[in-house]
Amino acid sequence: MARKVTARRVWVSTAAAWLFGFLIFLPILWMVLTSFKTELDAFSMPPKFLLFHWTTENYTTVQERSDYLHHALNSILIAGGSTLIAMIIAVPAAWSMAFAPTKRTKDLLLWMLSTKMMPSVGVLVPIYLIFRDFGLLDTRAGLVMILCLGNLPIVIWMLFTYFKEIPKDILEAARMDGATIGRELVYVLTPMAVPGLASTLLLNFILAWNEAFWTLNLSTLEAAPLTTFIASYSSPEGLFWAKLSAASTLAIAPIIILGWFTQRQLVRGLTFGAVK
Amino acid sequence: MGQITLQGVRKSFGPVNIIKDANLDIEDGSFVVFVGPSGCGKTTLLRLIAGLEDVTGGQILIDGKNVVDVPPAKRGLSMVFQSYALYPHMSVRGNIAFGLKMAGLPRPDIDRKVEAAAATLNLTPYLERKPRDLSGGQRQRVAIGRAIVREPKAFLFDEPLSNLDAALRVQMRLEVTKLQKQLATTAIYVTHDQVEAMTMADKIVVLNAGQIEQYGSPLELYERPANLFVAGFIGSPKMNFVSGEAVGEPGVATLGVRPEHLRIGKEGEGWPGTVSVAEHLGSDTFLYVDAGKLGLLTARCIGEFNLKAGDRIWLSPDPTRLHRFDKDGAVIRT
Repeated sequence: MARKVTARRVWVSTAAAWLFGFLIFLPILWMVLTSFKTELDAFSMPPKFLLFHWTTENYTTVQERSDYLHHALNSILIAGGSTLIAMIIAVPAAWSMAFAPTKRTKDLLLWMLSTKMMPSVGVLVPIYLIFRDFGLLDTRAGLVMILCLGNLPIVIWMLFTYFKEIPKDILEAARMDGATIGRELVYVLTPMAVPGLASTLLLNFILAWNEAFWTLNLSTLEAAPLTTFIASYSSPEGLFWAKLSAASTLAIAPIIILGWFTQRQLVRGLTFGAVK
Repeated sequence: MGQITLQGVRKSFGPVNIIKDANLDIEDGSFVVFVGPSGCGKTTLLRLIAGLEDVTGGQILIDGKNVVDVPPAKRGLSMVFQSYALYPHMSVRGNIAFGLKMAGLPRPDIDRKVEAAAATLNLTPYLERKPRDLSGGQRQRVAIGRAIVREPKAFLFDEPLSNLDAALRVQMRLEVTKLQKQLATTAIYVTHDQVEAMTMADKIVVLNAGQIEQYGSPLELYERPANLFVAGFIGSPKMNFVSGEAVGEPGVATLGVRPEHLRIGKEGEGWPGTVSVAEHLGSDTFLYVDAGKLGLLTARCIGEFNLKAGDRIWLSPDPTRLHRFDKDGAVIRT
């Protein structure tokens, strides 16, 4: 029996959804607003919402003080590189675990995930020493490697659950229809797996883009991505809220734009398997 | 051509024997149904013939050629799956055409064949739709279209109608039978539904616990079951079994009598019992009779009866329609 939906109920739940959405959006909005304030307005109590002196001065200062494009390029290379390598390793791994599982497949998956259960800081010292001895400190290659390794378990898990959902019957039907393994891959499996691959790729890219722990600890300038760039505005001499906000806005802008255009794939990836 | 022969086919998964020594001769153009309770190995046997599982032992011959080492793609069979297993990213046209495309047929030939198959199955208006936009019955038709378009040596059906509602199932049952007769292609059809088995098959294979219990025409199985299992499995309501003293014949361990061969007789004639439930179906009445030491007997009477629960009646079996089984459950032919 369907529950009766009254106009009042619709109104209340719509309002609640908007309120909740606004609450989640508020920090980002506040950051963008602050980036257009003077340092004085950024500190003022009570806080000023819209009626303040709008200025783009912070953006000019940020651009003068540091090379945004350099860091943005680092971010793209590090996030992109680590995602690409992770996918190259994870696709065949998840594939074989989903379609040719052995009795130890479950244990293996759990073991992979268990590496994410330890806080990263627990291995900071050994990783730092390894990086130092191999000359990987402040190199893009080093960051690509560590982010790739860090995200690999999640990527494999996502792809595994995705491949698992592809019904075996369909692959068998293709086999009965006379498809060889190669053609089965090209005509049946890959087209069916594309949405899953896309959402995994995107999510992993975003995770790598926003990763701050390793990038902050293992890079200074040369290989520093946007996360390090933001952090450079919180200095021992004091916090410059407006400039920090301007830097943050610049840092997240590309990823927000990417997320905006790919939200359908993202939502599918994050809620995959939740409903039939 | 599509003659399929199984010789001593065995299949085990680890220590478990799923199929134990199956021998079978399926004639070209015949409609053979594998029927049995769930877990009896009927689907496994079909998948062995398809090549989706490897045999543990024995030979499978298609038109006289042993195919146990031939991959499914090269056996020239087509299969309709229980889940339909349509390619979700392809249109109906793409689904039906896929096998022909894999066979490397030229485009005009593919189009012609796909359109002919679609016309046969009333799918022409839906050719450009995706499977998700079709109803269950239409999806089933696409799956069948995909199977027929390749002109295979044989069709393999794995419980294809079990996901459809009752009315549609009856309709599709007729359509599949008609189509198979029209194409005169060998068909092997797996089902657990004995009504499907009885109505569709030229010959039925009754499987139980990995063993072929009997192979014969539907009426043969009904009238001359080879053993207790087949006698009990084929026919609805089930055959009545009477054992012990009441049998009264030397060497006979169990007597079987079908519900329609039990007559309600005069007092003192046959087996006494009390009606526990009377089901009036209109044309028939099923009486479930508590016959004391004999257990529960089922009788099928034609027409409306005034009998109701609690009534005392006498049941006598038609002596010409009795089935006699020895202590091992095998039938005793007289």
